[in-house]
Amino acid sequence: MSESDQAIHGYGTAVLEPPPYAIPSRKLTMWLFIISDAITFGALLFGYGYLRTASSDWPTPFKFNPSILNVMIMTVVLITSSLTMLGAVDAAKAGDKGKAGRFLWSTIFLGVVFAGLHIREWFGLIDDGVRLFQNPWGSPLFGATFFSITGLHLLHVVSGVVALAVIARGFSKGRLTAGYVETAGLYWHFVDLVWMFVVPLIYLLNLSR
Amino acid sequence: MTASGASGNVIAKYLPVYFVLLGIAGLEVFLAYQNFSTVTLLVIFLVLAVCGAALAVMYFMHLAQERRSLFLSLIPAVIFVLLMMNMIWSDSFRLLHMRPFAH
Repeated sequence: MSESDQAIHGYGTAVLEPPPYAIPSRKLTMWLFIISDAITFGALLFGYGYLRTASSDWPTPFKFNPSILNVMIMTVVLITSSLTMLGAVDAAKAGDKGKAGRFLWSTIFLGVVFAGLHIREWFGLIDDGVRLFQNPWGSPLFGATFFSITGLHLLHVVSGVVALAVIARGFSKGRLTAGYVETAGLYWHFVDLVWMFVVPLIYLLNLSR
Repeated sequence: MTASGASGNVIAKYLPVYFVLLGIAGLEVFLAYQNFSTVTLLVIFLVLAVCGAALAVMYFMHLAQERRSLFLSLIPAVIFVLLMMNMIWSDSFRLLHMRPFAH
């Protein structure tokens, strides 16, 4: 609409420009957030790598049983939750509220299982004597790096679970559109993606042999 | 294609990507128990993790179906920032050997 039309018809008429990249602004915002969060996690992982390289006595406490087995189960759970999230987004776009809801709650359930396994692992390490700035094995910064990186990821998982629950409820009641489900899906896949870096760098490089 | 059948199709469509991601994770665990040096293992893990991340971004997050301009606006910048973070390694090696000044 031209500016002259706007002048004639008043300021109530909105001038709409096509969205950048041909996606809704909500989706673009989520992509931009994901990029910034990826850089944040990258900085944390680089910081961890820096401290590990600079330390001559970095602990390597993760035994196959129970630590690595637990991590493998957590990885399967999280990647499966990404698959159910795909189903939820697709069902939401197709307008099938029932199916979208079932997939969303499946994703939420798997997220809760992941968080539960993770917290159980934390308690195991705390029982072994690992704290933020001390542990029985070596460099005192092991605990700080481990708990901060896995803790930030866990925070993302928990907040994602809460967001998915809100969106599942809102979508089933017709208050939220499929676009919200899709945007939440992007976030959830990102959380899975970060875990694929955390596992090899934090756990598999610190195996107990 | 009915609405109720579409989700089953999308699950089936992305099952290969799902199994590849699980395979990458399993391969990483297997390789971790082989007799590689830490640096070699790190490089292998980063390559595998980046491959897994690329699959997740392109297929699970559907970036492959978006406009090329979105991909070009997002991904090169992230790669650049993460590559620039690599300048810290010389300092960490200096600390390891407790040299007061870099040579």
